[in-house]
Amino acid sequence: MNIYSQISANKNKTWLIIFLFVIFITTIVFVYGKASGYGLSYAGIGLIISGMMAFASYYYSDSMILGMSGAKQIQKKDNPTLFRTVENLCIGAGVPMPKVYIINDSAINAFATGRDPKHSVICVTTGILGRLNKVELEGVIAHELSHVRNYDIRLMAVVVILVGLVALLADFFMRSLWYGGGRRRDDRGNAQGIFLLIGIVLAILSPIIATIIQLAVSRKREFLADASGALLTRYPEGLASALEKISQDKEPLEAANNATAHLYISNPFKLQSNSKHWFTNLFNTHPPIEERIKILRSM
Amino acid sequence: MSPTLILIIAIVLIVLFVWSTYNALATGKVRIKEAFSGIDVQLKRRVDLVPNLISTVKGYAKHEKELLENVTKARSSLMNASSTHEKAVSDNMLSSALKSLIGISEAYPDLKASKNFLALQEELSDIEAKIAYARQFFNTNVSGYNSTLVNFPGSVIGNLFGFKQEEFFEAAGAERKNVEVKF
Repeated sequence: MNIYSQISANKNKTWLIIFLFVIFITTIVFVYGKASGYGLSYAGIGLIISGMMAFASYYYSDSMILGMSGAKQIQKKDNPTLFRTVENLCIGAGVPMPKVYIINDSAINAFATGRDPKHSVICVTTGILGRLNKVELEGVIAHELSHVRNYDIRLMAVVVILVGLVALLADFFMRSLWYGGGRRRDDRGNAQGIFLLIGIVLAILSPIIATIIQLAVSRKREFLADASGALLTRYPEGLASALEKISQDKEPLEAANNATAHLYISNPFKLQSNSKHWFTNLFNTHPPIEERIKILRSM
Repeated sequence: MSPTLILIIAIVLIVLFVWSTYNALATGKVRIKEAFSGIDVQLKRRVDLVPNLISTVKGYAKHEKELLENVTKARSSLMNASSTHEKAVSDNMLSSALKSLIGISEAYPDLKASKNFLALQEELSDIEAKIAYARQFFNTNVSGYNSTLVNFPGSVIGNLFGFKQEEFFEAAGAERKNVEVKF
């Protein structure tokens, strides 16, 4: 797969996800409406609402994501080294200069978001600035710029908001299913029945949604970004040693959640898998870091 | 299907093919021009920086006349250069002249410690990194365009419409000769 086929595949997948989301939400709202005796008019409302959500996710997902992760925009004078690194690599990649954001967290991580190269953002943690040297930082930024250039950012941003929203809903209904059972009230029996129904539907759908994310955010994407990042810096070892430092760092990134996890250069949860977070594991889309380092070292 | 229909389809296909290849080559040329202006911006920045640097160095090291003259000469030859190759060569000259100029700061502790000099040095190294990346981007574009032009279907259409191979931004040969850092 080369960059150009990757770009068109990403654009198509973005529309597919938006389409599936609209269908899905409309169906759910229709079922809810049917159960409470309204039917088609609810489906119309569902269509309008999900359409608006899809529209919002396309245009505003980047600011939502940045808001969710608590990132702050910086200017050149705040961190000239970081800014110059981004500038240089942009010249090399032939993309416009993205906005630069910083997350105040000592974990080593980074991500890129936006809807196209003209509206893109690169975000790094303060941990990256403190603990990576210049060539390692260049490697990481080049990897992120490759995501920008390949339109990975558009697909991932839409996935974060739309699929994340469905996952969040599923999570919410599942919880109300487990914990709400004890304090049942007679007057809300009907509503609970509908909640139960939606909960079960979403519970069945969750693995399917997870599969969609897996498909959309395929592991190839990370390998391709690693490779084109290395082509940009002409120095694969920089990214390899940065990934090594990231894998040795045991500190999880607090600002990340289920929906945004797959945006980051490496899994922000640091594999603290326990039974409580089965949902997290379901959404774990990162290829093993050791494999990435091995491939970079063999370039 | 009648033979005329087949003939028409074949002609349409050929026209479409020629059209798309021509467009690809034309776009390639525009991209190369754009990439070159990316290099030019950085070269200009460096040309603008040089007088500042020279006046700062003069304040501390008046006797390094030869070095200063070399820099001035390289600068004016870069300003007068027009073709890609000329620019690449004189850019290379300026690079090595500046390298020697920065090198003499080792012999002049006052100069080395001067805030002005440090700031200029930092900006210079930033510009040089940017030139390197702009050059890389330019050369990537040129190699994409050139390979379309030498490979089979593209070569025919290229010849037909008079597309020529573009030059890489490099100072081949001259590069090795000029890097003589004197202390």
